[in-house]
Amino acid sequence: MARVALRAVSGPHGYLQAQSRWRWPEVAFWIATPLPFLIFPTYLQLASQIAITALFAVSLDLILGYAGIVSLGHAAFFGLGAYAAGLLSKFWWGEPLSGLALAAALAGLVGYAASFVIARFRHLALIMITLGIGLLLAEAANSASWLTGGADGLQGVRIRPLFDRFPFDLWGRTAYTYSLVVLFLTFLVARRLIHSPFGLSLRGIRENAVRMPALGAPSRAYIRKVYTIAAVMAGLAGALLAQTTSTVSLEVLSFQRSADVLVILILGGAGRLYGGILGAIIYMVARDQFSGINPQYWYFWIGLLLIAVVMFLPNGLLGGLTRLASWWRAHLLVMPPS
Amino acid sequence: MIGSFAGVLFDGFAYGMLLFLLSVGLSVTLGMMNFVNLAHCSFAMLGGYVTVTLMDRAGWPFFATLPVAFLAAAAASVVLERALFRRLYRASDLDQCLLTIGIVFVSVAGAAYVYGTLQQPVQLPDYLRTAVTLGGLRFPVYRLFLIGAALVITVVLVAALEYTRFGARVRAAVDNQRMARGLGIDVDGVFAVTFALGSGLAGLGGALAIEMVGLDPAFAFTYLIYVIIVVSVGGLASIGGSFVAATLIGISDMAGKYYIPQLGAFLIYLVMVGLLMWRPAGLFGRR
Repeated sequence: MARVALRAVSGPHGYLQAQSRWRWPEVAFWIATPLPFLIFPTYLQLASQIAITALFAVSLDLILGYAGIVSLGHAAFFGLGAYAAGLLSKFWWGEPLSGLALAAALAGLVGYAASFVIARFRHLALIMITLGIGLLLAEAANSASWLTGGADGLQGVRIRPLFDRFPFDLWGRTAYTYSLVVLFLTFLVARRLIHSPFGLSLRGIRENAVRMPALGAPSRAYIRKVYTIAAVMAGLAGALLAQTTSTVSLEVLSFQRSADVLVILILGGAGRLYGGILGAIIYMVARDQFSGINPQYWYFWIGLLLIAVVMFLPNGLLGGLTRLASWWRAHLLVMPPS
Repeated sequence: MIGSFAGVLFDGFAYGMLLFLLSVGLSVTLGMMNFVNLAHCSFAMLGGYVTVTLMDRAGWPFFATLPVAFLAAAAASVVLERALFRRLYRASDLDQCLLTIGIVFVSVAGAAYVYGTLQQPVQLPDYLRTAVTLGGLRFPVYRLFLIGAALVITVVLVAALEYTRFGARVRAAVDNQRMARGLGIDVDGVFAVTFALGSGLAGLGGALAIEMVGLDPAFAFTYLIYVIIVVSVGGLASIGGSFVAATLIGISDMAGKYYIPQLGAFLIYLVMVGLLMWRPAGLFGRR
């Protein structure tokens, strides 16, 4: 960020415009996203899962990485979206896009209600309240087994073909395309948001929530807004999972899922738009490759990785890469005087 | 009905005392250094496994294993504190959470690797497995012992904190760390000792918990949630607060499981979220 600021920019709008310019690694990344169709046509289901997880991680990034709201219960909105989409297709109709819209609306509504509580607290109390809300919803879904199927999962989810033309097949061709398009569109929204004055205020709130109101940015109102948006995105991700896998289990609401997405985001780098996406790719691919080993031991390595990231890579892999790149520029390339 | 109610109260109180032992160390260290140590229950689990190993493999009597459980947990915590935690005292809540969750993951996987995922059995001496009957009510001796032990520890802790020089240093460091440093108190040293003591108590709690709630590798996660609930409800650095909160949580959890089992753990989370919304700093917290 400092690098951009050093260039001659004309006021705050120029700064934001310089920030939001598309750079070539970004463009290259999005152009590369359809590559799994050519290179790994048998892994499209996994690719779809990665896109969904990435969307979930981006939504957590908005509140954690940018606004500094630590949440140990973000799976609540993911699960709400998943159950909304699953129940809609079970009891009423299986059209996917309307299911997506309903899931987003429901998650957004609950997120908006919860945001009034979230905005009032910080530090340990905040962590505990987000954890508590997540656990409450998980317990509620477990108790309401007449509706959710309890521990057996929701049976009888039937999703109609997308636009009545593209069925969700076993190969995951439709699933990946669908998840990827939703991820891309949501990402565009998040990107626009981050590079707006609102996004800048969020970073200010993260650094000092007391001072921001003095600058004309009401902290609580802004936190409520971004929390609701993040809830909508998490709900979208949950609905995508329910629709592409045609099943919903209690696991979508579990603490494990909240912890996993946190690990993914931290691993990739919080407070960077691509951190969640990078983390999701690495985490999901690694888990797929090591799926033969006992999940108990998988968490051993995740634990070690977490310790290592916190101790040695405070900004995640993406932060480390950025540092490497700037070191490279400073030491090995002769910069023209600006 | 009255009888069963008294029974639930008694069981809940015994359970609460267990939670108190597990959480009091975390409450004091969290209040002193503001270090969010989610790995606290890993030390408790370590204490539990030490007891199981000594009794099963070495044939030690139950009571002889308790001090070893205390010492093992305390020693392990000092090593971790010096090697890892110390570097993160000034870091954000999030970094502290993540580091210690990482340690929990590692400890859970390690315990599963060494001991398997089954519940560990513990063979108590016969005189602890009986029950006394009083006024038509049965009181298991082990739970009476648990309550007695916790009460003694509470009295000792409060007395040590109120009437010894070390206790005065601890209180000073909790109240105002910078001022305490300015007065020449070695806050880091005081903290290291307190941290070891607190983790040792957790280890002892873990060893005592086996008979009542069992021991498997998930212990570090399951009871972490309860311990954090006790700490955040009781308020930081308050032994009395932890005591009241642990009793409250223990009894309401027991009552919830007994009278409305279909709600599961719903009630306890509701109590926590409600209390925190009402008093974010805890019942007895000052900040």
